[in-house]
Amino acid sequence: MNIYFLPIIIVFIVFYGLIKKCNIYDSFLEGCKEGFGIGINIFPSILAIIFASRIIISSGFINFLVNSFFPNFLIFPKEVIPMVIMRPISANASLSLMIDIFSKYGVDSYIGLLASTLQGCTDTTFYIISLYFGSIGIKKIKHCLFLSLIVDLIGVISSIVLVNIFLV
Amino acid sequence: MVNILFCFFIIIGVLYGIITGNIENVNEEIITCGKKSLEIFANIFPVLVLWLGIMNIAKESGLLNKISNLLYPILKHIFKDIPKDHEALSYISSNIAANMLGIGSAATPFGLKAMQSLQKLNNNKQIASKSMITFIVLNTSGFTLIPTTIISIRNMYNSINPSIVVITIILATLTSTFFAIIIDKLFYKVMK
Repeated sequence: MNIYFLPIIIVFIVFYGLIKKCNIYDSFLEGCKEGFGIGINIFPSILAIIFASRIIISSGFINFLVNSFFPNFLIFPKEVIPMVIMRPISANASLSLMIDIFSKYGVDSYIGLLASTLQGCTDTTFYIISLYFGSIGIKKIKHCLFLSLIVDLIGVISSIVLVNIFLV
Repeated sequence: MVNILFCFFIIIGVLYGIITGNIENVNEEIITCGKKSLEIFANIFPVLVLWLGIMNIAKESGLLNKISNLLYPILKHIFKDIPKDHEALSYISSNIAANMLGIGSAATPFGLKAMQSLQKLNNNKQIASKSMITFIVLNTSGFTLIPTTIISIRNMYNSINPSIVVITIILATLTSTFFAIIIDKLFYKVMK
């Protein structure tokens, strides 16, 4: 089903433009030129977030935090905590942790189902914030990060509750 | 706050690496992180340029306005500071639509354009505006209807029912998005 989305959306946009008698090619190029400028501007933000997050991940500090401070709850197993911590920082890292969980405990186990839901219901908060604000040169983001992380936490709590209601 | 976290990640990471003798990994990552960022950039950049091209067609044909008119009744309550018919609303609508369909590659370009047009409305170009924060919090709450990536990975790992998690994911993002809007509004009420 999903493989039809992109092509159909694109055909629809081009078709609609034709009906409205736009110069499709020109407006496409114009948009691309604009995109080129925006694109160049986001590289420093990407580098910054990758640089800092790689250092903290590779040092093993996050595993240390998890192993020493988090008790093991039945409904919130220790195994998913590194994934939850990594999720806002790096999409790739948390995705590979989810795959790890799948191969260790099984996709359809409680941990597997919880990991899938956790992965799907939150986003890479740090990445989005640095990318979006970085692209337009905002220096002060006020309470934005704090608020986003609280919302992520709510996502985690509701995932646990919902998996227990619907899938157990 | 990003500033503090950035420093925290680097300082704690390096110090912890030295203490635990893990500094070899840290060193390796410092050397290769530039290349890794460039790889990520190389994945995003062409898609970004392409989508902004396609979106410009939608914008000039008036399709983008149609989409935003559709979502306007909801968005006007969430983004009170944006005047009606402002282009920011069309970009925000497109970003939300792309996120809901699980087309992340299209969502980011729309989001960046939305931020750009919100910046035009912003009085102080250095400080995040109220609408920007609301928009980012909505984005990071990750509202989605079709979690494409997760279903395909679950499928790869031979799940009996790969899409069973769709219901929990939708309800969980609905909950967090709902709270995102409420907490954001409450925040300004309390600040007053």
